[in-house]
Order: sequence, then structure tokens, then C-alpha cells
Amino acid sequence: MTEPVLKVSDLSVSFRSGGRTVHAVDDISYEVRPGEVLAVVGESGCGKSVTSMATMGLLPPTATVTGSVRLGGRELVGASEKELARVRGNDLAMIFQEPMTSLNPVLTVGRQIGEVLRRHQGLSRKQAAERAVELLDLVGIPAPRRRVGEYPHQLSGGMRQRVMIAIAVACDPSVLIADEPTTALDVTVQAGILDVLRSLRERLGTAIVLITHDLGVVADIADRVLVMYAGRVVEHGEVHELYAQPRHPYTNGLLGAVLKPGAEGKRRLPEIPGLVPSLEAQPDACTFAPRCPRATERCTAERPQLDRAACWHPHEVEAR
Amino acid sequence: MTTPTTPTTSTTALTSPTRARLARAAGGTRTRALLRDRLALTGGVIAALFVLAALLAPLISPYDPAQADFENALAQPSWSHWLGTDDLGRDQLSRVFHGLRASLQVGLLAVVLAFVVGVPLGLLAGYYGRFADSTVSRITETMLAFPFLVLAVGLAAILGPSLLNATIAIGISQVPAVIRITRAETLRLKNVDFVAAAVANGGGDGTVLFRHILPNAASALTVQATVGIPAAIIGEALLSFLGLGVQPPEPSLGVMLSSAQSFLAAAPWMAVFPGLAIVAATLAFNLLGDGLRDVLDPRGATR
Amino acid sequence: MNHYLLKRLRQSLITLFLVSVVVFAGVRAIPGDPALALAGEERSPEALAAIREQYGLNDSIFEQYWRFVSHAVTGDLGVSARTGLPVDDAIVGALPVTVELALLSLLFAVVVGIGAGVIAAVRRGRPSEWLANGLALLGLSVPNFWLGIVLVLSLAIAVPVFAASGYVPFGVDPVDNLRRMVLPAIVLGSGLAAVVMRQTRAAMLDSLSADYVRTARAKGLSRRQVIGSHALRNSLVTVVTILGLQLGQLISGAVVTEQIFVLPGFGKLTIDAVFTRDYAMLQGVVLCTSAAYILINLLVDVAYSVIDPRIRLGGAPR
Repeated sequence: MTEPVLKVSDLSVSFRSGGRTVHAVDDISYEVRPGEVLAVVGESGCGKSVTSMATMGLLPPTATVTGSVRLGGRELVGASEKELARVRGNDLAMIFQEPMTSLNPVLTVGRQIGEVLRRHQGLSRKQAAERAVELLDLVGIPAPRRRVGEYPHQLSGGMRQRVMIAIAVACDPSVLIADEPTTALDVTVQAGILDVLRSLRERLGTAIVLITHDLGVVADIADRVLVMYAGRVVEHGEVHELYAQPRHPYTNGLLGAVLKPGAEGKRRLPEIPGLVPSLEAQPDACTFAPRCPRATERCTAERPQLDRAACWHPHEVEAR
Repeated sequence: MTTPTTPTTSTTALTSPTRARLARAAGGTRTRALLRDRLALTGGVIAALFVLAALLAPLISPYDPAQADFENALAQPSWSHWLGTDDLGRDQLSRVFHGLRASLQVGLLAVVLAFVVGVPLGLLAGYYGRFADSTVSRITETMLAFPFLVLAVGLAAILGPSLLNATIAIGISQVPAVIRITRAETLRLKNVDFVAAAVANGGGDGTVLFRHILPNAASALTVQATVGIPAAIIGEALLSFLGLGVQPPEPSLGVMLSSAQSFLAAAPWMAVFPGLAIVAATLAFNLLGDGLRDVLDPRGATR
Repeated sequence: MNHYLLKRLRQSLITLFLVSVVVFAGVRAIPGDPALALAGEERSPEALAAIREQYGLNDSIFEQYWRFVSHAVTGDLGVSARTGLPVDDAIVGALPVTVELALLSLLFAVVVGIGAGVIAAVRRGRPSEWLANGLALLGLSVPNFWLGIVLVLSLAIAVPVFAASGYVPFGVDPVDNLRRMVLPAIVLGSGLAAVVMRQTRAAMLDSLSADYVRTARAKGLSRRQVIGSHALRNSLVTVVTILGLQLGQLISGAVVTEQIFVLPGFGKLTIDAVFTRDYAMLQGVVLCTSAAYILINLLVDVAYSVIDPRIRLGGAPR
């Protein structure tokens, strides 16, 4: 097995605001290997986006980040803004949920792609423009030579997300973080974007961290899954294994609705009774206990450690 | 001109970084708001003192502002004349007090005039749209095509220079801004549920305009008024300085500055104190206005 | 030329027409005999009759208006009652002074205003922000004619670095020209600088929290690139608009500034015309000023259609 290209260990993120401290991410670890797609799933506010922003070093100064993010041989937690800037867009790239607003409205698409090439690869203006055309072609934009001179408002949402991907992969990064890349797009457009991601992984060997709450997307493209709940990892594993036999009651709940007959087409996360706990409290307990059908006294007294699932009463592996 | 707004999702759907960003912004604004409060309060107190000084000018002035005293002409500030005297030996402090009267009088009247003309036109344009709107827009644009001073100069030429005509010129120059704000507020409110409901329930145009729209546009208009008053104070001083407003020997801060120009080297205090009075008065009103804007018009929609 | 600019051009022409009507009507609205007004000091019956003949005051009001406009278009604005010289000559003579003053103060306002605005937005919550904000508030509250007096007191009388009055054409003596124009330009530009600073700051705060700035950071661009080519570039649209709206202020300010520093420009011409009741001159000056103002506003619109492709390419402006 190849060495992991990105290794996140014991990453915690907390925010100070008005004297209170909010723990958004609590002690999470994961790694990705070249050419591998890792999906991070969970409800809104479970900390998956904070995790990716922390990995990129893009959190505001009010955030406290501890733990370690190693990319290749480099430690990113605590690195200076200058060092981070050399890595971002170069070795480690990211695409965002909002394709409509993530591109600068007053610069041409070509300029926005070229910028990253000139910055990291020292290309000339002309070389960068040439390369921008190739990249647009790579992400499947028709008539790239014309499109390169256009402005974002002339492109559809799906096209803009493709441009975002072109920017992200311009310098052939070893890791691409995709934060809900298809959420804001029409279902028909989503498939196209996923195809682009898949082909990048195959052709360039890019490792992809895919953040999503769409379990259908996960089944479609991911190799491994990390399930997050309230800032913690509750379960992880190979996608087929985890889908076939979820151990954690939360994962089970998530998948339940998807796999239930009659729920065809409803691929979004189902409602699980109860509320996501406030991120301020950080009890010595399983954070899912208040909503868990299997919870016992132990679950509210002691925090379960992550094995495959972080649970005191996991579902048994059973032969179906 | 609108500012780009980030799409607002419901609070529950906010991801944590967004929430954290909001929290940070709130934390930042709290200190800001506190400081703003204090500044606004200071501004309010100073503005109130100026109003008081203007109202009580005849009582608190140590001398008659028109009384010449050639023995004491161009006297430096001293215990008997706190702010010195001018070229005719008139007491500067007394003249500043009386000058403030003119400033505030013009400030208030001009703003009232601007509202009396501007609010109905703005309501008309915003509520009826189409032809009314384009007509009012053309009127506004024509008014804007005359820079304030050119307008004032033209009026002074036609009607003769006087305080009243200066007031009219200043008032007219503020009409376009009032129209614009009233129109924008009307457009916004026309589509708000409770106004739409009033229309649906058969409320007449008059009822809807004056019972529903105008009261809700009040905060934006109040903010405009607090911007308008200091602008009018400066306008009065400016016109009087050029000889188009208050006519000497009547005291006005602008007139005082105008006569000070001939004695800059010999009696700089003649220029310094009336100017400081104008600056302090406008600064006070501006601070008060900024504070009010934060409270009344959180969207900052006064462009 | 696209649809948007054509529309703006049409609007401008309509406004210009309305302005000419107002100016024409304004002079006729002066109480009393317009011939008396146009005559200035020369008031013999013969002179008045000559003026009635010259200005066609016996014709119908429409004919008079038509003559006024058709003459104005060819640059004939009548004869000054005070000097007896053509009004257009006086205007052409005063133009360079005012244009130089306006350009210098615009330069001052843009450089200082945008610079301070960017600093205030980027260094949010630090002393430099409060300093910039404080200066802006002061700039808005200090009337420019008083600032002029104070600057003359301090930099021309107490420490004579600059000259306080008079004009020397740039072509004749550039150094002396600037020595005389620097103070007026600062005086005229300070208020505008304050407005530009506030708008720049607000627009920068908006764009700094925008998604595309996050993208720019995620690309690994340097702080300078993120601020300069992404955040500032977007903020300029707002700033240019504000500049356009403030040009009227600049023209008003020019009148006063020229008065304080005794510069023989447009403002001086205007004020002198009022006090000498030189109505032909006043009519000409006001018409030209307003026409220039309308033209500049049109140019501003062109300018931001260059900055913002959404306007240029006919997309929805925001």
C-alpha cells in the first residue's frame, strides 16, 4: 500500500466568541492515499466544512487549531501564512459549495485560471493563457478557446464549478478538497461534475477529499467514508463494507432511510429524531447518546473510542 | 446601486465556519457599537449645547453682537473678549452665538423644505411607478445637473442674495436625495406583506401611502435629516461666506470668515474660532447621525 | 456602443435639454425687464432698445429660446455686459484653470481616499483603522473654505512654503504653477477624499468577506494579490459611482476655492457675474457648468462599464 499523501491526526478546532468557546471539531484523524476518494459525510454543522477549512489553513484568526495536518512531508498546522500560500492551490487545492459566487465577477475566466499558474509555476502571461485553454478542455468545457475570455456571469452554474475545478487542478495538486461541490447544482449537472472528478483521479492520480451530505454521491464515487457527528468521527471504513453493515447507530440511521424500500430517489440525509447537540458542551459522553435508540447509562458517562465505529453498543456484524 | 449580499440561508443550515464568522462579526460590532454609542452620545450632547446656545444667544452673549468698539478693534482673545474682537471691535463670542442662530435656522428650514418637496415626489414615483417614476427621475436628474452652488448662485441672481433665498437654495439642493430615499423605501415597502395585505383589503392609495408606507419609511428619512442638517449648516456658512446668504452686518459664521480673510496675518483668531464653531457643530450632528443610522437603519441603505 | 450606453446617452441629452430650458427661463424669471437685466450698468433707452433688438426680445418666447439654443450650440453665448467681450471667450480663458484645479484635487482625493479606505478595511480594529476613520469624519465636517483659510494661515503665511493666491499657467512656469495649485487642490479634494475613503472602506469590507476572495486565498495568492486584484478591483465599481455623484460637490467647491485663492477660473467668473449682474455671462457659465457635469456623469458611467463586465456585456448589473 502506498504512503498516505495527506495525514490528519488529532485535529481539533475551537472558536472563541464573546468569552465562550465552541468546539467545532474534536480530535479527528484521517488519511488519504494518491488516487483515493475519501468521502466525509454528516449533517449540516457537524464540522466537516471546518475540518476542510482547517486543513487549508483558511479559518479566521478567532479559530484555535491543534493537532497535525501533514501534506507530503510538510506540517501545515502552525505554518506561516506565507508557507501556506505556497502550498495552497499548488499541492493542496479546494473547490467550494457556491460556484455562483466563488469566482471573481470582474475578471475573465482565463485570468482567474492563469493567475494560479503564474503564481506557482512562474508561467508567463501567454503560457498561462495557453494552459488555461487546455485546463478548460480537461474539465469538459466546450469551445474552451472562446470561453477563456468570458466572465463568470456568462457561464452557467455547472460551467462555473468546472472552472473552479480547472483552477484547483491547474498545478496538479496531490490532494483536492471538494466541499459539497454538487450541492448547489441541478441533479443533471451534478453527474457531469462527478465525472470530471472521477476522471481527474484516474488520469492525474489526485487524492480527493469529498465533503458531502449526499449519500448517493458517496456510493457513486468514494472508496472510503468518514462519518462525522457533532465534530467527531463516529464511524469510518470502506464504502461497500460500511454501507452493507453500518456499526454505529447514527450511520445506521442515516443509511436506513436511503436503503429502505420506497424511499427511492430520496438520497439526502434522513431526519433522525432529536437535535444536534450544542457544540459548546463537550461532555465525557457519546455526543449522539441523546438521540440514540441504543443508548445506555454508560453512553452518557464515558466517551467511546473510535475503532471502526465510536460506539459502546455497535450493531453486530451479521451475515445477511 | 446595491451591495452584493451573501445569500442568506436559514440559521439552522449555517455551517460552523459561517456561524463562527458571524459570531466574530458580532463580537467586533459589539465593541464598535459601544464606541459608536459613546461617540453618538457625545455628538448628541454637543449638538444640544449648540442648539441651546443658539436659542439663548441674546441672554448669554456678553456683548451686543453689532456693537462696534474701535478702541478695541482686532483685539486678541482675553478675559474680556474670550474669542477676541474683529476689525470693528465687535465681540467675537457674541457674534458666534448669534451666528449659530442663523446656522441652525437655515439647517432646520432647509431640511423641512427638502422634505416637503421631496417626500411627496418620492412617494409618487415609488408607488405609482411607470410614467410618474420616469417623470420624477427626469426632474431629479435635472436638479442634480445643477451643482448646489450654481443653483444657489442662480437663485441669488434671480431673487437677490438673502438668508431666505440661501435657505431655499440649500433646501432645493437636498430635494433629490430625499426623493431618492423616499422612492427606494416606497418600492421596498410596497412589496412587503402587510402593505400588500392593506392593498388587497381595499385600502385606498391615500391610506396605504400615509398609514402604511410613510410611517415605515420614517427611520430612513430620519437618518437623511441628520445628514441634511449639518450639510445645510455648512451650506449656509458657505453662501454667507461668498456674500450670497446672510448680509453683513448681521452675524453669521460664514460672514465672519469672509471678513476674517482680509486680516489673516494680523488677526488669525477671527478666522479660527468661527470655523471651529462650524466644524464642531457639523461634527456633532454627523456623529449623532452615524449613531442614529446604526440604530434606525441597520442595513445602512443610504446611498 | 451598446444598448446600455445608448440609453444613457439619450437620457443625458434629455437632461441637457431640460437644463437649457431652466437656464433660459431662469434669466427671464428675473423680476423686471430682461433688457434691463442684460444691459448691466448701461441703461439709456437707446441702449435698451439696442439690446431688445440684439437679443430679439420682441420675438415670441419660443423663437427666443430657439435662438438661444442654436447660438449656444455653435458656441455663441452672447456678450458680457461687464466687459463687452464674447462670453465664450471668457469661458475658454477660464477653463484651463478650473480643469487643472479639478484634476489635481481629483487625483488627491482618489489617491488619499482609496489608500486610506483600503488601510481602514484591511487593518480592521487596529489603530490605523481608527485614524483613517477619524480623518474621514473630520474631512466631512470641516468645510473646505475654512480648511482653505487654515492652510493659507499655516502653509502660506506662517511657514511660506506655498503661495496663497494667483495663477501662473503651467506652460509658463510649471514649478510656480504647482506651488500655487497644491493648496487649492488639497482644499478642494479633502471632502471628496473623505467620501471616497468611507465608500472604499465599506466596499472593501464587503468584498473581503466575499466567496471569491476565499477562492483567491485558496489558490495560494499572496496577500497583496488577494487585496489588490480581487477585493479592490471589485470595490472600484462602487467607488467610481460615488465619484460621479460627488462631482457636483467638486464643481461647487471649485467656486469657493477659486474665490479663496484668487484663481481666475470658472468659479470666479460665476461669482463675479452674480455681483455685477452680468446675466449673459451667468447664463453662459451655468449652461456650460451643467453641460460639463452631465458629460462627466456620462463618462463615469462609461468608466464603470469598463470596470464591471456585467454592465458592459449587458448582463444584469448585480
